[in-house]
Amino acid sequence: MKRMKVVLNFPEDIVEDPITYNLISDYGVQVNILRASISPGKQGMMVVELGGEENRISQGIDYLERVGVQVEPLEQDIRHLEDRCTSCTSCLPHCPTQALDVDRQSWHVTFEPEKCIICLSCLETCIYGAMSVKEHLA
Amino acid sequence: MAKTIEEINKKIRLGKAVVFTAEEIIDVVQKKGAKKAAQEVDVVTTGTFAPMCSSGAFFNIKQPKDKMKLGGGFATLNGVPAYAGLAAADIYIGATALPDGDPRNDNGRPGRFRYGGAHVIEDLVAGKKVTLKGGGYGTDCYPRKSREQRIGFDDMNDAFLFNPRNCYQNYNVAVNLSDKPIYTYMGKLKPKLGNAYYCSAGQLSPLFNDPYYRTIGIGTRVFFCGAHGYVVWHGTQHNPAAPRLGNDTPRSPAGTVALIGDLRHMTTQWLRAASFTGYGITLSVAVGIPIPILDEDMVRSVSVTDAELKAPVVDYSKYYPTGEGEAKIAEVTYAELKSGSIRIKDQNVPTGSFSSYAMAREVAQQLKSLIQKGEFFLTQPQAPLPGAVAGKEAAI
Repeated sequence: MKRMKVVLNFPEDIVEDPITYNLISDYGVQVNILRASISPGKQGMMVVELGGEENRISQGIDYLERVGVQVEPLEQDIRHLEDRCTSCTSCLPHCPTQALDVDRQSWHVTFEPEKCIICLSCLETCIYGAMSVKEHLA
Repeated sequence: MAKTIEEINKKIRLGKAVVFTAEEIIDVVQKKGAKKAAQEVDVVTTGTFAPMCSSGAFFNIKQPKDKMKLGGGFATLNGVPAYAGLAAADIYIGATALPDGDPRNDNGRPGRFRYGGAHVIEDLVAGKKVTLKGGGYGTDCYPRKSREQRIGFDDMNDAFLFNPRNCYQNYNVAVNLSDKPIYTYMGKLKPKLGNAYYCSAGQLSPLFNDPYYRTIGIGTRVFFCGAHGYVVWHGTQHNPAAPRLGNDTPRSPAGTVALIGDLRHMTTQWLRAASFTGYGITLSVAVGIPIPILDEDMVRSVSVTDAELKAPVVDYSKYYPTGEGEAKIAEVTYAELKSGSIRIKDQNVPTGSFSSYAMAREVAQQLKSLIQKGEFFLTQPQAPLPGAVAGKEAAI
């Protein structure tokens, strides 16, 4: 069983197609929607966690790309700018998954992208602009 | 035997001073005892790095060929208004100042504040130029009436950071008892005790280590954002009469200091603009104050631990803004705050800080290393800060 988080970008001509349904029913891929902004006639975006056997996921991703969905791994979309971060820990109470955490010995704040669900709470909370996100997710 | 500051400075000059940070001294005193530690240790360094809204900078800008009087007129730096009601070429910019109609600052609720006075100060410290726009009425001696020019430190005679208030000795822990999220200068507070924010370096914080201001006074040289700075007065809202614990430390916000330092020697490692969503802009500054270990009493003061320092938990949805309701809903130690969660009204409340303990440690280490290298000497205060007995009157 493999799990991976990806960002799906839907061009406007296919936003009304039941792509997520097809992904689940035809390819047997588990789809956990973490974040979505999609409206008819416009570009859409979804952050999803895909789960299932490795070959099913890769077939599912092939299907997505074939119908015109752009698939990007999630990690590249939200970044912890360490030179801006002062490790104050103000982001911690607002991070729901502890993707942002602090080592209470060194007191350095760390970011684990694989735990991040792009809720963007840290962008609102960080007073130094130490978290950055690609424009299409903001 | 008691030491003097002169004797300590002599040891610093010889490279023989024994220096520990306010965190390291805790172990030293536990192992050796206060008496022996007082004999062996010369200086303990403290540190803090946190937002301080009461920050700003004075600039004296070199005159163009036809001179101009900004005083009584106006001046902006990158669109951010500076105070020009001084002499011809002196202006002051406050950290929280905002430009009019700047699209970077969206003032709808909760409001984002991306550029203001603190950013102008940080830009200059980073070596960037900013746009000065000035207007005045023109006089016989200052004929020019308007001015627009890109300026950096090279275009100024003086640039110094002046913080009317800094280094708060203890601070409130902010929570929200209401059922709506609120945006405050203590961060975004989730409803119904969803989180708690504190803002102090605790056992590393300067005034927690000298609770009755025995060695920190007017004229004390400090590490200020990478430069040498000085305590020039007690800070605004200095309140030495706050209630104290048995170890002399205050149980609520108490003493403060006013600081000054040469901006041109500061670095962006130690000085950062900060933007609070729904509140505004502020400046985070690094301060390290050395504490001379004159005797055993001083060793006891500096070896205080987070477990022995207590802060009041205050509701920022009602009591703070209106003064109504319970003034203090709980009292917690800094050790509890730093564990990541505190217990209030039978609820586990996750904590976060706006004061960076990692940076506070770096400040204290940096000051320690400067003293060990003979690049930083201690000063004898010229006058004490107002103490708990003298009340708020400065004893000078």
